[in-house]
Amino acid sequence: MTNRIFKSGLGLLGVLAMSGAAAAQDAEARLVLNEETPMVTVADAPEHMADTGIRTIYSGWAFRTGTTQELQADDFINPAFLAVDEAIVAWDEVDGTAGESCANCHGDVEESMAGVRAVYPRWNEEAGELRTLAAQINNCRTEQMGAEPYKYDGSEMTAMEALISVQSRGMPVNVAIDGPVADIWEQGREMYYTRFGQLELSCANCHEQNYGNYIRADHLSQGQINGFPTYRLKQNALIQTQNRFRGCIRDTRAETYAVGSPEFDALELYVASRGNGLSVEGPAVRP
Amino acid sequence: MVDTATPRVRVPRDATAGEIIEIKTLISHDMESGQRRNGDGDLIPRSIINRFTCDFNGQNVIDVAMEPAISTNPFFEFMAIVPESGTFVFTWYDDDGDVYTDSKDITVT
Repeated sequence: MTNRIFKSGLGLLGVLAMSGAAAAQDAEARLVLNEETPMVTVADAPEHMADTGIRTIYSGWAFRTGTTQELQADDFINPAFLAVDEAIVAWDEVDGTAGESCANCHGDVEESMAGVRAVYPRWNEEAGELRTLAAQINNCRTEQMGAEPYKYDGSEMTAMEALISVQSRGMPVNVAIDGPVADIWEQGREMYYTRFGQLELSCANCHEQNYGNYIRADHLSQGQINGFPTYRLKQNALIQTQNRFRGCIRDTRAETYAVGSPEFDALELYVASRGNGLSVEGPAVRP
Repeated sequence: MVDTATPRVRVPRDATAGEIIEIKTLISHDMESGQRRNGDGDLIPRSIINRFTCDFNGQNVIDVAMEPAISTNPFFEFMAIVPESGTFVFTWYDDDGDVYTDSKDITVT
């Protein structure tokens, strides 16, 4: 009995401490990768968010517990790097009828892919369409290599995305929202504020109005995607942005869109733009 | 999951004589326990790495017997005293007879 009282006393302390703290787990914590690459996990909100009420944007990293945060700080213990190692092999592998590999056109991944992840999704002038990183990878595979496309959110795709993302880590997310993508961006914004499913929840209900609060046992973040693809400990796997979108919408008890659909592409563009100014973190580690 | 086990090791490049250093090792491996069943209800045969060793200049540093309850991609972190310059040799023994090795040089200054 004494034990029980003791426990509930601790619980109360926990609640008190939390309500006094900032939205993020520890506002003073700083993420430095491998003791050499400092990351921006807190930044001023981009201009287009002026009417959202959010002045400061936080990486999802800021909402995680210390032990999860540590997993991301060292590439050796970040489980996502097993996938990155696989993608390094795939980068050099010839696949498809054209007899090409990624390396044949793009050369050294560290040079050619630096900064790429930071600006995706982006408009492809030639094709006249918005392309996510995954769509661009598959376009390369089918058009340049004559190879089978990867499954949009399959493990080969997420591994390749992770490898490409690694080359931009520490660079600020800088997704263009004007010009040819302006309409798509607007569509994405509308989706963000649209309530879905039996639970009638919009992205904004959780990630704009309630970040820092708990939804049952989950600590809500701002839903930033600068850390994707992300190694999710509960799934023991590297998870892609649109796969997570699908999971979120499913959790509202709605019929979800498919990964790679125009709707999710628009949403990805909008959500990515809400992280303009944060460092590219992918592959991050999340619970 | 990966088809071939790939070892990864982190050892500091240099140390002072007698210094205690931290070593981290990771090997990608399914570590199939032999307890699980496939879709047809048949047991999936056990396939794990059953032993891990680390030697320094011929002297054993650590020798671990590994059991089926160890999870996928086994990770070991341990300390070692380095008396002199030399080479750490890491060896993993697979159930199927494969042996994976990796080595790292360290310079004592």
